[in-house]
Amino acid sequence: MTRVTLTVNGAPVTAEVEPRTHLADLLRETLGLTGTHLGCEHGVCGACTVEIDGAPQRSCISYAVACEGSAVRTIEGFGEDPVMAALREAFSAHHALQCGYCTPGMLVMARDIVLRLPDADEARVREEMSGNLCRCTGYRGIVRAIMAVLQDRR
Amino acid sequence: MKPAAFDYARAESIAEIGTVRVIAGGQSLGPMLNLRLARPERLVDIRRLAALRGTAEDATGATWGAATTHAEVEDGIAPDPTGGFLQGVARTIAYRAVRNRGTVGGSLAHADPAADWPVALALAEAVALTSAAREIPVAALVLGPFETSLAPGEIITAIRIPRPAAGTRHARHKLVRKTGEFAQAMTAVRSGPQGMRVVLGAIDAAPMVLDGIAAAREAIAALSLPPHRRAGLAACLDRAATEVGA
Repeated sequence: MTRVTLTVNGAPVTAEVEPRTHLADLLRETLGLTGTHLGCEHGVCGACTVEIDGAPQRSCISYAVACEGSAVRTIEGFGEDPVMAALREAFSAHHALQCGYCTPGMLVMARDIVLRLPDADEARVREEMSGNLCRCTGYRGIVRAIMAVLQDRR
Repeated sequence: MKPAAFDYARAESIAEIGTVRVIAGGQSLGPMLNLRLARPERLVDIRRLAALRGTAEDATGATWGAATTHAEVEDGIAPDPTGGFLQGVARTIAYRAVRNRGTVGGSLAHADPAADWPVALALAEAVALTSAAREIPVAALVLGPFETSLAPGEIITAIRIPRPAAGTRHARHKLVRKTGEFAQAMTAVRSGPQGMRVVLGAIDAAPMVLDGIAAAREAIAALSLPPHRRAGLAACLDRAATEVGA
């Protein structure tokens, strides 16, 4: 076991983990933060996307021990974030989720797009969201929701 | 899936790494560990080594620390002496969440046959600087799928990208079934005062460097790949050649 110290949603966390424990398992199993979802567990589906040191990353192919000293923000950590609040409203209004399994990863990625690419058009949003798979609602509502938030901020 | 158990240590310096398997961003090795395609007993983490971070630029070109991320190239934080060609390539690597952690040096050392950097950096005549004080042209670094000319315990420390002559143009196209997926065909073309240079990638072998469009067409025709991938290489070649005015 290896000791790892990091911050999760602003709070300091120290945990004993096996080196093979990926960050998502630390978040879900040890910390009980089950908003981070695991789909493919090899970096393809995007369900596990969280913010690490301010940038969206895959928590299934980032090992907990490699996040020593990092600041991690999961979907539970965006409650007071105004951009995320706007995205939540837009996802609801545009029917951008059905079962909701992919939604935490979608929202973390969508927030990154809104902040990093304020001039993005629909084609760019689709390109940027290509690493987040949805298997029930489809992508039209998701893209519309993100575009609505982008347009509201212009 | 979950990886098989491994021991883990963070390297404090390049000198202490030894001959064990290293991990940087882990965006290629991580999936292989999770799928148990790779089962190292021990991993040494070099992602945050200061000696592998940072970039520099002068009149002759740019140097990127090996742990420069794809996103740092995409965002222009790493200087691009090719005038935006490498920046554009970076944007097409996997997905943003992967690019935020995956490193250029790691991608070269991993040598996935479908990877973008071995092709784009070979086109730019970039050189990998190593911990054994060697300078290996990227075109000579990758020997085959997941195989490089790095010796055991030797790691890439930086990538040196020469500034091309004025009037040099670059283009690269790849065939992917979905944005961000592994390429099934990839062709990069450079035109300019030094003549033509073509690199064929995603050919299930080391990228091939050729000195003209005609030679590239002949090479594609001779590859033992499924017809749709040869057609993809040819189509990517046509598009890239048109873009560089060849």
